[in-house]
Amino acid sequence: MPAKPAPKHQGLRRLLIAVPFVGAIVAAIRMDSAPSRATTDVTHPGFALRDETAAAGIHFVHHRPTFDPKIANIEPHVAGLGASVSVADFDGDGWPDLYFTNSRFGEPNALYRNRGDGTFEDVAASAGLADLNRPGEGVSMGSVWGDFDNDGREDVLVYRYGYLALFKNVDGKHFQDVTEAAGLHRWVNSNGAIWLDYDRDGLLDLYVTAYFRDDVDLWHLSTTRIMHNSFEFATNGGKNLMFHNLGNGKFEDVTDKLGVGSTRWTLAAAAADLNEDGWPDLYLANDYGPEELYINDHGKRFTLQTPGLESESKSGMAVALGDVFNRGHLDVFVTNISEKGYLFQNNNLRVNELTDAGQRRFHNVADPVVADAGWAWGAQFGDLNNDGNNELFVVNGFISDDPKTNYWYSMSKIAGANARLFEDAKTWPAFGHASLSGFEPSRVYLNRGLSGWADVAKTVGVTDLADGRAVAFADLSNRGALDVIVANQNQPAILYRNRPDSTNHWIELSLTGTRSNRSAIGAEVVLETSGFKQRRVVDGGMGFASQNDRRLHFGLGHTEWVDRIVIHWPSGEQQILANPAVDRIHAVTEPKS
Amino acid sequence: MTDASAVSQPTLPRTKSIDPRYLIAGLITLVLVVAQLRYHVVGGYERLAVALLTCTITEALLSWFVRGRVVNLQSAYISGISLTLLLKPQGATLWPFVLGGFLAIASKYVLQYRGNHLWNPTNFAISALLLAAPNRISVLSHQWGNDVATNLVIWIFGLVIAARVRVLHITLTYVVSFLLLNSLRATLLHQPILPEIAPITGPMYQLFVFFMITDPRTIVRERRWQVVVAVLVAVVETAIRFASDQGWPLPTAFNVGPAFLALAIVGPIAKAIDLTRSGATPRRAGSPATS
Repeated sequence: MPAKPAPKHQGLRRLLIAVPFVGAIVAAIRMDSAPSRATTDVTHPGFALRDETAAAGIHFVHHRPTFDPKIANIEPHVAGLGASVSVADFDGDGWPDLYFTNSRFGEPNALYRNRGDGTFEDVAASAGLADLNRPGEGVSMGSVWGDFDNDGREDVLVYRYGYLALFKNVDGKHFQDVTEAAGLHRWVNSNGAIWLDYDRDGLLDLYVTAYFRDDVDLWHLSTTRIMHNSFEFATNGGKNLMFHNLGNGKFEDVTDKLGVGSTRWTLAAAAADLNEDGWPDLYLANDYGPEELYINDHGKRFTLQTPGLESESKSGMAVALGDVFNRGHLDVFVTNISEKGYLFQNNNLRVNELTDAGQRRFHNVADPVVADAGWAWGAQFGDLNNDGNNELFVVNGFISDDPKTNYWYSMSKIAGANARLFEDAKTWPAFGHASLSGFEPSRVYLNRGLSGWADVAKTVGVTDLADGRAVAFADLSNRGALDVIVANQNQPAILYRNRPDSTNHWIELSLTGTRSNRSAIGAEVVLETSGFKQRRVVDGGMGFASQNDRRLHFGLGHTEWVDRIVIHWPSGEQQILANPAVDRIHAVTEPKS
Repeated sequence: MTDASAVSQPTLPRTKSIDPRYLIAGLITLVLVVAQLRYHVVGGYERLAVALLTCTITEALLSWFVRGRVVNLQSAYISGISLTLLLKPQGATLWPFVLGGFLAIASKYVLQYRGNHLWNPTNFAISALLLAAPNRISVLSHQWGNDVATNLVIWIFGLVIAARVRVLHITLTYVVSFLLLNSLRATLLHQPILPEIAPITGPMYQLFVFFMITDPRTIVRERRWQVVVAVLVAVVETAIRFASDQGWPLPTAFNVGPAFLALAIVGPIAKAIDLTRSGATPRRAGSPATS
């Protein structure tokens, strides 16, 4: 069959193709410069955050650790964690207090007591919670507060690169180290822990995440083969541990019995009843690996499930739980790493559809605005403008040193290598004074519902470029406004005082368990009013190396009433509050029967 | 990446029983399947669908528009899979796959010299997007587990197929040149050698050495010049890496994908010289592809 003659004027035809060809290149350039951080269309976000750190009397500066000189070439990387903040009313005076951890030998942790007048005083030394960074014991990486002995006073667990440390709150002023007696004297290179009552026996249990293996002493290394064995599917991290609270001041290691001993370099964990079957589940953010969801099987065992989580492996840094679209379910936000040109792992905003019979999975709905928050670390959901929708605060930036030297190029070389190479710390290119995703601005995402998210950080006054690690929310002045506390790595902490739109209403709940643990950790509250339904959980640690105010805060917008509030206590008890008054904090005690 | 279709036909070798284009398409499919099943590298099947559809539809439309008939779509298939594997966008956006797919295929019809296209299509698309939109895309955020077993499988299959397609000498020349030049660079800069030669074991370089630098349509004709060009690509890449080492203010694209940029610079120049030297003339209108 003879070949079909080609059309005439091929040159002209190619020229015509050149028009859309050039157009495609121009389009790519325009897309590159188009603002993905939608800041211009939201000029009145309804709240303002002001840095009042100094005025509040908070002068905490985090110091990063120094390690064995054998890994000096990458010490900035290995020592890049440890700045944490947790909120607890340790003295029971009704004002939330703040605890910051430090990470260098000899540098003290700080316990800031809230004086109730907008200022704080550091009482860590007198409380016995300052001097926790000592050779032979390790350095602090974070803390979580919970009343593990149900005596009405908040106790604290400090997790370290080193030995765990459990402190019993003796009298609201002093703390006693009960680690040995509790059976928790374990060396764990940990960056996270949470309290939860996995078996609903009314006693707080403890889940500790592990990063480096537990046979690694970072000050006395017997080997430099301590790093991850994959940038994406590493399984050679420390083993996470679950400790069951026996109720007599002692804890029992039930990790293997429950099947929750992940070795995936877990950086953060959060617990909530994600499938709403009445039992708290575990959600893990793993560095160098995929996220993990452990579904609680009636307190007897956890099963690892991947409903919608299997699509990509990333570098999970933090887990925040919040009801994103006011559907009455807790959704999940996990931070990851993004660096323009090099790496777009993208943060995950996973809508919880586990209770939807047709889905039974999470659905990732992160648009480019929330997907790229730089090298993102801690994150929290909270209604910062009291309009009834959860905002999202994300801190970021890994290492800010010499702004002219970027380690990303070196990282790109090592990341593509075979695991055997980078598992050995000494083969990594030397850091020197290079920055790695340094000087990044925090993101404050305004929740516009189905219209998506808008970064309003600059608009509301968040302009710092510090290396944020942990962020926590708390109503520090009991005025119906969520303030923001940020712990920065190797840098000063920041307190952002929040001024939300005064025309919006709010309501807060301060819960006390009776059959449940006294801290009410794990209690989930669903607020229902005209127009929306919102769920919140009392967290025993959430985000990255952080813990929020135990009191639950709901913004109501212009709505002046609440139809009802349903409290799902950890014990299984369900309590309903009908038409509670707005613009006040309600103290609610769990019914005893 | 390897453009196995025809805008013009230099010296595409054939094996006795299997058309080499099928081998190349088979290898890229194998890479995709293994990487997805084991490491979930695709990041959403909509990306694969968009890239494949864009590439194949663009190829079909443009070939019909320019030549009056629809050419074999294997090249577009290979480009679509390659873009899916290599491009990682900010968020869940799909436009990089649309623009990338279009640029890859359209470049064959627009950027011609003496009737031949000069750039490997995927190499052109990746380089163009990295230069034009570095804030919105990255290349190969995944490393396929940094797993030696997976690496070995792809290397073995890749080397066998490169031998069957008779481009093994290009692959080996580039690999040896990379190792030697970057060892030398590391030595001169007093850096440890292992991290500097480590990237060659990664998946990005597997795609580069088996599908991009060996593209039968864009390599030069004579074997000895093919070797020279492979060395030159490694030399330019090493120079880019040296500049990155020194902190020179290069566009991000050069730091991120020095191999891609080196090929995008050296490849077309070499091809144009080769076409000039050989006295190649534009293919007569309507002359059919030979493979």
